[in-house]
Amino acid sequence: MKTHAIDLGSIGRSQQNLDIGAEDISLSVRNLNLYYEGKKQALYDVSLEIPKQRVTAFIGPSGCGKSTLLRCFNRMNDLVDGCEIEGGIFLDDENIYQKGVDAPSLRRRIGMVFQKPNPFPKTIYENVAYGLRIQGVNKKRVLDEAVEKSLRQAALWDEVKDRLHDSALGMSGGQQQRLVIARTIAIEPEVLLLDEPASALDPISTLKIEELIYELKSKYTIVIVTHNMQQAARVSDYTAFLYMGKLIEFDTTDTLFTNPRLKQTEDYITGRYG
Amino acid sequence: MIDKDVHSHHISQQFNVELDDVKTHLLEMGGLVEQQVRKAISSLVDADSDKAEKVRSDDSDINDMEVAIDEECMRILARRQPAASDLRLVIAISKSVIDLERIGDEAGKIALQAIQLAESGESPRGYKEIRHIGNHVGFMVRDALDAFARLDIDMALAVAKEDKLVDEEYGSAVRSLITYMMEDPRSISQMLNVLWALRSLERVGDHARNIAEQVIYLVKGTNVRHFGITQMTAEVMTPEKRGQ
Repeated sequence: MKTHAIDLGSIGRSQQNLDIGAEDISLSVRNLNLYYEGKKQALYDVSLEIPKQRVTAFIGPSGCGKSTLLRCFNRMNDLVDGCEIEGGIFLDDENIYQKGVDAPSLRRRIGMVFQKPNPFPKTIYENVAYGLRIQGVNKKRVLDEAVEKSLRQAALWDEVKDRLHDSALGMSGGQQQRLVIARTIAIEPEVLLLDEPASALDPISTLKIEELIYELKSKYTIVIVTHNMQQAARVSDYTAFLYMGKLIEFDTTDTLFTNPRLKQTEDYITGRYG
Repeated sequence: MIDKDVHSHHISQQFNVELDDVKTHLLEMGGLVEQQVRKAISSLVDADSDKAEKVRSDDSDINDMEVAIDEECMRILARRQPAASDLRLVIAISKSVIDLERIGDEAGKIALQAIQLAESGESPRGYKEIRHIGNHVGFMVRDALDAFARLDIDMALAVAKEDKLVDEEYGSAVRSLITYMMEDPRSISQMLNVLWALRSLERVGDHARNIAEQVIYLVKGTNVRHFGITQMTAEVMTPEKRGQ
């Protein structure tokens, strides 16, 4: 082995050393087909592996199926009438579409944050404590600790610690979105699904969310859907490009954005007409 | 692997124009640099110090172009955030202008030797080698730029191979000049002028090779900068991995 005076791996955020083959896998999608009502197929034979404690981004044009795929991970599509699924998604080797899997308890393990911040019309404190209260946690000391910890993790604590009992609806959009993330991580899920988490936010709030994503990946597996390709390039370790319901290319973000394998991917990320 | 007209199919026409412009400017600068080298060689061989002076004063044009093209690249990076082959194009251009500027500097150094030789009297030996190696590296610079314009990696590989020949030619020219110096110590000063000029020409070959390596990076996405010729050939020969 050649030794260098400086550690080359330490240059940048050392993403060049990522290798999907060497990763622990959190979620594994196997030959997934999804049909909406009337046999309209939205996903075609999608297979991919979401590595643990990494950020995986889904990119693709509108209607390509990236949000649909994301919603499969915590069975949000169960709520859509006439939605049918073939194939499976495995969370730690257990098929989440198997009979007998309880969707609410699955959603505790796989939390989701949406495009528009959706805080409950309650106080900041109660928003974060909500999930725990539902689980039957009522001890004030436990709740106080969990609320502070979650708000700190969501990089929101310093901004709201003096007004925890004010209504969450009085916060700015960016703060609301971080509050929603705090609420999601309060129940300590394994996976965080983010569906366009910053598209309704101003650039500074967007950067705060992105920084938060970077901080959170040491604890959680994160999957993010975004229309903003630069955002995918900035925050993710791996990127999947979907088009017309098919997974076209999946690779490390570095490779996908500097030297994609397929022309179709190249055309999309560089803004060409295919 | 990318197609020839790959940088002209963006939805944003303005982006097409910007990429096309910066590439054109690189090639224009290349043409200018190539001329400078040729003029410097002929000023040395013909002992024409006026021409040599002109080469030296024109070098500032090349310096200005380097700065202007580099700023153009930076503007594109800042405003367009190019990705994939667009990104590689901008990076390859911004690196290639450095090599072109250095070739310009070498032309200036050759011109300086020409002026000194014109003042101190001709060297008894070495002009044949200057002409020969000069021609050789001149073609290399032109081919490297052609390869850039056409995204032709076979041509780029040929340039890299030529550089090896130039190194050998330079080595043997140096050896024979040393022999002459030992035979005729009175002409050492002029011989040294010739040697410095030869050294500059050899460096021009190295810079042409660097540009050729950028072409391979641009087209294939592989950094071949510190590859030997065998490894580089293998890389260029690997069939396209790209589908559709």
